[in-house]
Amino acid sequence: MIETILNVVVDGLLIGGIYALIAVGLSLQYGVAKVLNIAHGEFIMLGGFITWTSYKVFGINPLLSVAICGPLIFVLGFVLHLALFKRIRMTSETEGAFEGNSMLACFGLMFIIQNVAILIWGAGIKGYSYLGFPVSFGGGAVFPANRLTTLAVAVIICIVFYLFLSRSHMGKGIRAAAQDPDTAQLVGVDINRVLALCFGFGALMAGLAGTLVSMCYKVEPTMGLEYTIIAIIVVVLGGMGSILGSFLGGILLGLIGSLVSHIEPGLTLASFYLIFMILLLVKPTGIFGK
Amino acid sequence: MILKSKRLFYLLCLLLFLLIMLLSPLYTSDYFLILVSNILMYIVLTVSWTIFSGPTGYISLAPAAFFGIGIYTSAIMGSQFSLPVILATGAAAAFCCALLVGMVTLRLQGIYFTIFTFGLVELLGEVVQWWEVNVTGTTGRIVPGTEYTTVYYTMLGIAVVLMLTAYIIKHSRYGLALQSIGEYEEAAGHTGVNVTALKIVSFAVSALFMGACGVIMATRWTYIDPSIAFNPLFSFLPVLMAIFGGVAHLFGPVIGAVIFSYLEEFLTTQFPYYYMLIFGVILVIAIVYLPTGLTGLIRKLGGRLRRRHANT
Repeated sequence: MIETILNVVVDGLLIGGIYALIAVGLSLQYGVAKVLNIAHGEFIMLGGFITWTSYKVFGINPLLSVAICGPLIFVLGFVLHLALFKRIRMTSETEGAFEGNSMLACFGLMFIIQNVAILIWGAGIKGYSYLGFPVSFGGGAVFPANRLTTLAVAVIICIVFYLFLSRSHMGKGIRAAAQDPDTAQLVGVDINRVLALCFGFGALMAGLAGTLVSMCYKVEPTMGLEYTIIAIIVVVLGGMGSILGSFLGGILLGLIGSLVSHIEPGLTLASFYLIFMILLLVKPTGIFGK
Repeated sequence: MILKSKRLFYLLCLLLFLLIMLLSPLYTSDYFLILVSNILMYIVLTVSWTIFSGPTGYISLAPAAFFGIGIYTSAIMGSQFSLPVILATGAAAAFCCALLVGMVTLRLQGIYFTIFTFGLVELLGEVVQWWEVNVTGTTGRIVPGTEYTTVYYTMLGIAVVLMLTAYIIKHSRYGLALQSIGEYEEAAGHTGVNVTALKIVSFAVSALFMGACGVIMATRWTYIDPSIAFNPLFSFLPVLMAIFGGVAHLFGPVIGAVIFSYLEEFLTTQFPYYYMLIFGVILVIAIVYLPTGLTGLIRKLGGRLRRRHANT
């Protein structure tokens, strides 16, 4: 009994770490840049495939490919914002219109990134084994080392990012833009640059999450949408735009998912949707929101 | 006088076009009928999407859900009942589901509503999948097929009724009320529009046609499973087609649907690997450069030409 509980809880924490990382990225894109990035999962997929390629083709350690994957995907996100969303923001009359239009543009991006990935890597499933040896806990629970590593890395990335937001000068600019873009601009924040940075950082976190995902699970070009949906659910769960809420929400959803899949594996995703819909109806500002 | 004769001319053109459509099975190939049925399906999905989402600006990603409900109604009732009964049931099921969804979700503001409707498609797909695997013990179902001409005529019938409904709604006071909701919801409420009821009913009416469309398409596909019936693409494509064509005018979504469904036919046969990629590129370009759609662009160009004409 205790063994089962421990198994479910640790398993939930392990997957929850990745959910948290993904959700913090989306929260940054939606909370500050106001782009509900439906293509978020595609950046995770890209991260996974870049890591796979660098490990299988160039023999680079997956943990080190964080340094390759991160900057590449950051630049991609940054440029995408400047090329696309900045223009949509200029031409949209209201904030609501911008949210709708940018979300639809993200659907387009989703198709584009997914199909470019299929053209490059093929439609098949890819995987590699890394740090697959078991680590034993007290009470008889055993977990593979790679999943423990991903949790540690995910938490470290979130903490570093939290410190960056709360301590650095640029982080202050981002927080100002999140609260009130117009006033932030008045006090000297280059709003277009900050929004593009936010979108880039969001993509970066998705990319790093992709690296971590590829260390434990198989990757394929169509894997993105599932992660996008999970990220959206977590962001709503934690309250739109709240970084800490997204982090806690990710861990919470991981625990719920682990519990449901222990009872009835086929209904994990359905239970996520159900929670999500109930939440939207009862408290759309999220359980940690104001 | 000029206005009246112009309207009469348009009406005659439409009737003539309809007559050609009605007679076309007599002198065309099966391939043509299938192609046109497919185009009609996208027209129905797109125009019915526009009834609600066009004027109000609430972007619904639920078409696939209602379409899928129609498909499953067809699969479950297929062998025991006649087509009109199944059509009515499928449409009614989608209508009731939309009423229910509308009642709980239309209080949500813009983007939340969109996410919710998208979640609905995935939820229905997952639950049906689970049900089929664990309760009925199957993954797919065989739907009794019908003849191409039956599919064609039914689809044409649905499309004609839909166009009439959309036209009547658009030119009635309800159409104006929906428009005012899209422009300023609070103000619309203050001027005496029953905002909630109107949103729910128009959402349900649009779902009705999607359900009927699903019923008839299932008989053409003959095999269905949850991933075919609740394919999110049937939510994205109508939105893309409507926005590409422009939602301000009734013919915008029709033009968008015709162009894109033909493009789909062309691309899937000629460039199967680039098909979705090209779709994505067109969607992004349409959003960035054509926010009012093709009809908006044509109107703008027309206005410019007329002005130049007046100047000279």
